[in-house]
Amino acid sequence: MSLELLTILDKNGKAQKGKDPNLPPEELKKLYRLMVATRALDDRGLALQRQGRIGFYLQSTGQEASHIGAAYAMKASDWLFPAYRQPGILLLRDVPYEKIIAEWFGNSGDTSKGRQMPVHYSFRQANFVSISSPIGTQLTHAAGAGMAAKARGDDTVFMTFCGDGGTSSNDFHSGLNFAAVYKAPVVFICENNGWAISVASKNQTASESMAIKADAYGMPGVRVDGNDILAVYRVCKEAIDRARRGEGPTLVETVTYRIASHSSSDDADRYRDKKEFEAWQKKDPIQRFKTYLKHKKLWNEAFEKECVVGAKEEIMAATKVAEALPPMGPESMFDDVYMNQTPGLKAQRKELHDLMLKGGVGAEIGHFPL
Amino acid sequence: MTATKKKSGADATGTKVMTMLEAINDAMRTEMANDDRVVVFGEDVGKKGGVFGTTAGLHEEFGEARCFDTPLSECGILGAGVGMALYGLRPIAEIQFLDFIYPGFDQIVSEAAKMRYRSGGEYTCPMVIRSPYGGGIRGGHYHSQSSEAYFCHTPGLKVVIPSTPADAKGLLIASIRDEDPVMFLEPKAIYRHAKDEVPLGEHVVELGRARIAREGTDVTILCYGAMVPVCQKAADLAMEEHGRSCEIVDLRTLVPLDEQTILASVKKTGRVVIVYEAPKTGGFGGELSAIIAEKAIEYMEGPIVRVAGFDTPFPYALEHLYMPDPKRVAAGIEKTFVW
Ligand SMILES: Cc1ncc(C[n+]2csc(CCOP(=O)(O)OP(=O)(O)O)c2C)c(N)n1
Ligand SMILES: [Mg+2]
Repeated sequence: MSLELLTILDKNGKAQKGKDPNLPPEELKKLYRLMVATRALDDRGLALQRQGRIGFYLQSTGQEASHIGAAYAMKASDWLFPAYRQPGILLLRDVPYEKIIAEWFGNSGDTSKGRQMPVHYSFRQANFVSISSPIGTQLTHAAGAGMAAKARGDDTVFMTFCGDGGTSSNDFHSGLNFAAVYKAPVVFICENNGWAISVASKNQTASESMAIKADAYGMPGVRVDGNDILAVYRVCKEAIDRARRGEGPTLVETVTYRIASHSSSDDADRYRDKKEFEAWQKKDPIQRFKTYLKHKKLWNEAFEKECVVGAKEEIMAATKVAEALPPMGPESMFDDVYMNQTPGLKAQRKELHDLMLKGGVGAEIGHFPL
Repeated sequence: MTATKKKSGADATGTKVMTMLEAINDAMRTEMANDDRVVVFGEDVGKKGGVFGTTAGLHEEFGEARCFDTPLSECGILGAGVGMALYGLRPIAEIQFLDFIYPGFDQIVSEAAKMRYRSGGEYTCPMVIRSPYGGGIRGGHYHSQSSEAYFCHTPGLKVVIPSTPADAKGLLIASIRDEDPVMFLEPKAIYRHAKDEVPLGEHVVELGRARIAREGTDVTILCYGAMVPVCQKAADLAMEEHGRSCEIVDLRTLVPLDEQTILASVKKTGRVVIVYEAPKTGGFGGELSAIIAEKAIEYMEGPIVRVAGFDTPFPYALEHLYMPDPKRVAAGIEKTFVW
């Protein structure tokens, strides 16, 4: 059994007959603007890491259609349980650049108080749940949250992301199984970008696709062209509507490609074939969508400039503001371990305070990874 | 694959200056050449050679059957490792970061550690679980933790932590040859830190023996892993500022523990500071403290002091204050004299 790859945009940027979701022009332009801004944000993040101004960065380049298209199909009140490669969703949900960038610096402007490495965001205001590094753990959380919403009679839908590597995790099995058994309103997105660091997705599973795994769990599985934002949107909209109607979860595999190295600490040239990379570069999701907009007469140079230059300028300005914010105070280390600081933590906080008064404490820290 | 043993691979002689990373790589290469039952596997250990480079070149030299990438599942890596060991291989399972071991925790504590005991010795699990651990690399929450205590708390597991390149090689070879499952935890903060003369070819450092990293007379410092160089600096400070002569004991193996060396040093100096980077509560230092209290309290001339990580999750931005540093350790040393 093999699953067809659903596509809407053809090579020439035309929507296939009867498949165009016919989004209003302003919405189409908004999607384009978001994709361009997401890439600009990523470029900035990597540059700051290379300049030594932040400790780590991880890009989503090439996967803009896949995650923005998916999340765009949700309502603002729907929840996200993201992995670490969906920054465009923050822009879609109006999280200010300054807040995003402050997280990279881990300073007092960071909503998560400098507790995590860069790109592990938490934005409750955007219903964007705190990102974890351990692969796959969010998948079971989404199942449970879906069960809870169902129990409370809410119509919230939950979308959660993992990579191709994530499909091998224990939580992928448990998350899909629970969501299906309890008919939880969850949409599982597997962004199959071909690689899990240096392990090719063909070595990750002997299944013909990731989407086909859904069959065994008793839920629909869909394979969609992840570089085609209209196709991703359409498939996800159907899955979300289905979840909201109480018909249970769906697994969507977005077939895409990790254009960048895994992260700022990786060098993909060491294990990846250049030809494969070049072939995928030609399928750039932003270029494809641009061609479509051109056909619709929604794109011109002025609009391009507005999107690209506009995003860059805003990001530059936000970087300046975010970088200048003061660091987190040392004693904040002891906050949020529990709701109330335990006597032991209070004592340790005082111990650190006294040590610092004497001066000179502070370990030498290397770089990630050494 | 046949389970025959080649005699050598140990013909190389002399020493070479290596980092700990290189020494670990050399240990695996030496044992893979020595014993064709040794296989290395985990996430990104093949062509990429590991995210830190500890397995660099092994895939190329020994081929896909001996060094291979696995799907992204610690449960799979560790559970399959148990199966391989049961069937006669000598698996070396790499967990990319110790922080990611938990999906496979069950396979370690319920399976690998208990196999010999629960089968009355019929089945054994001679596998090595290698994993970089500890802070000091700006790795945040999930690339920094020091969770050795969980494993020390599990009977049936050995727990080894080197602090020098030569020890890393010798202890890893000993771990591979050991008949029991060994957690081999690599202090990644000092992977490239210090270079050292490392013996080429055969080099075995027996498990269960601590090393006196510095001789001294006034106070004993017990430590392991990346805290050893921190304690060296602290000992210098203690000498400069207060004229304290510190004896540093590098434990090297937490289980089995070299109580003899620890107690001999403590009885000699009458004072002890225990340094570890894990959260203080429930850490291995508590165990060390209890042993000293039970077996050498009458020799103690000051309180047993622990300098450790704070009881918080690992903080990204405040890592430099979370990790014990030379000043904090030196302050701990002084507490054994003035309290
Ligand atoms: C449980 C666990 N094991 C290992 C890692 C180390 N690691 C981080 S990302 C990654 C690969 C993930 O690949 P994939 O799921 O395809 O996501 P992608 O990075 O391609 O978006 C690995 C092995 C981890 N974060 N968590
Ligand atoms: Mg991937």
